[in-house]
Amino acid sequence: MAHPADGQITLHRITDDIARPMEARPGKAWWICFGVASLFLLDFLGMATYLVANGIGVWGLNNSVGWAFDITNFVFWIGIGHAGTLISAILLLFRQRWRNSINRSAEAMTIFAVMCAAMFPLLHMGRPWDAFFIFPYAPNQRGPLWVNFRSPLVWDVFAINTYLIVSLVFWYLGMIPDLATLRDRASGIVKKTVFRVFSLGWNGSHRTWARYEIVCMVLAGLATPLVLSVHSIVSMDFATSLLPGWHTTIFPPYFVAGAIYSGFGMVLMLLIITRQTMNLQRYITARHFDAMAKILLLTGSIVGYAYASEFWNAWYGGNLYERFHFINRATGPYAWCFYLMIVCNVLVPQVFWSRRARASVPILLVASILVNVGMWFERFVIIVVSLHRTFLPSSWGMFYPTIVDLGILAGSFGLFFTLFLLFIRFLPMIAMWEIKRGHGEEVPHA
Amino acid sequence: MLKTFLVATFSDAEDLLRAVPLVRRQGLRLYDVYAPYPIEELDELMAIKRTRLPYVTLFAGLTGLATALALQFYANVLDWPLDVGGKPDNSTLAFIPISFELTVLFAGLATVLAFFVRTRLYPGKREELAAPGVTDDVFALVVRSPTNPAARYRAIEIFAECGAVEIAEKGLDL
Repeated sequence: MAHPADGQITLHRITDDIARPMEARPGKAWWICFGVASLFLLDFLGMATYLVANGIGVWGLNNSVGWAFDITNFVFWIGIGHAGTLISAILLLFRQRWRNSINRSAEAMTIFAVMCAAMFPLLHMGRPWDAFFIFPYAPNQRGPLWVNFRSPLVWDVFAINTYLIVSLVFWYLGMIPDLATLRDRASGIVKKTVFRVFSLGWNGSHRTWARYEIVCMVLAGLATPLVLSVHSIVSMDFATSLLPGWHTTIFPPYFVAGAIYSGFGMVLMLLIITRQTMNLQRYITARHFDAMAKILLLTGSIVGYAYASEFWNAWYGGNLYERFHFINRATGPYAWCFYLMIVCNVLVPQVFWSRRARASVPILLVASILVNVGMWFERFVIIVVSLHRTFLPSSWGMFYPTIVDLGILAGSFGLFFTLFLLFIRFLPMIAMWEIKRGHGEEVPHA
Repeated sequence: MLKTFLVATFSDAEDLLRAVPLVRRQGLRLYDVYAPYPIEELDELMAIKRTRLPYVTLFAGLTGLATALALQFYANVLDWPLDVGGKPDNSTLAFIPISFELTVLFAGLATVLAFFVRTRLYPGKREELAAPGVTDDVFALVVRSPTNPAARYRAIEIFAECGAVEIAEKGLDL
């Protein structure tokens, strides 16, 4: 067990290492990151206000392309969230202990990413204050009408809200013992009171722990099919329509693989940044990066396979419109987006066949950013390229983003990073009790 | 209500694990163990029965499923049938995604709520610590204070033999 004599890290040292960044004043690096992130958040608030005041006509949408940045951003952010649940739930079920020092921040990332995602359908409505219309309730102002339960867009409402609530509960439940640890360390009366309220009087009783572990397992078991269902349902927004480029049965697994791919890219990027700014090299190690790079390689290859199979089906299926769509995807006006997507999603992860690349922080950082660029463009290609040239040439058109489109996209990153930076500042970003249970095995001693 | 307990604290979980069977063999009632993390071996040593909370998950999940199916059937078949693209009123296949989501939502929330109720955790509850540091690096073994002085003496002896850092008699509201 963890004992100084064994040359292992002591339990108290684990508490200290993880709690200290929250108790001390944040360093310069944190303030710089936070400053930049809040500027982008301000941009988001400004642009969103302008959008709501003027209507969604200020976006570059038109009659041909009625969905563009808004839905691209929505699918992108929902996808980011998936890695968090994968790490926290699926790796828990498979008893992958290495997840212990990264699961908390990955779960937090899930919640913040889903919040960012939810902004886009809300803004796309034009009148966000009427958003409650999408929930089924009766009676209502529209007479006895109900929402259309056969529509994937309504399924989305249920899927996203369930996902957000269950992720939030899972995240909070996992944090209760650590909040109790912080409560018992806190010196200030305000801090102590806040932690006391949220730690629910936790006192480390083993009878409670025994139940707690079962409940965590049950939630992980529920979250696992849930996360697969969420992106499957998102993909059905497209797959159940008749549009070439959308109307395909491969979409659910293809979207789920893409979501995990982009999510791991984001987790990797965030962990590299927090590891450097919060001095957590001891807890977030080369081993984590190696495992995540392997997952990127696997999911990136699945995504590459899906791209290839779409093209093969377009040729083999013999449907004229389908064939045209894929020729247009690779040679049309948006072909550069398509090639950018291929480079970032299919070629970039192939560097991780090399052990040296999986161990190099600069390569990992650059690759993780490219993964996210690539996955954003994947959604853009699927959505905009499919819409801009449909069956009738008379309904063809082009989409060009406006400053508001770009501003809201950039601003959503501000929202995400502001929330994440506040999280690492105020809450335990590494699950202390889970590290302690592993007897600090994952933690190499100094 | 305050009760008198004999609290032995250990700095190493191994020491505590050695003490647990000895204490039980003496016929002393092991009240609980307080630790900074769940110690797997304790479930068996303390003879903890497997929790019945997963039944809550099952029944809440079934309730969620029934609610979702009933809501969609009522809205689309009984209350206001609406022809959408010629699909049947009772489009059961289209009802599956929402039914699944509500099953998961009900099951997850009910399990966590039942856990809080069962373990009596609630916001603002004042924590009662068996010993300072049990949420950090201290392991505490707690038994009801034996009234019989001989049993009491024997318990203290066992704790000391197993390497307890501190043995104290405390009035606690655990």
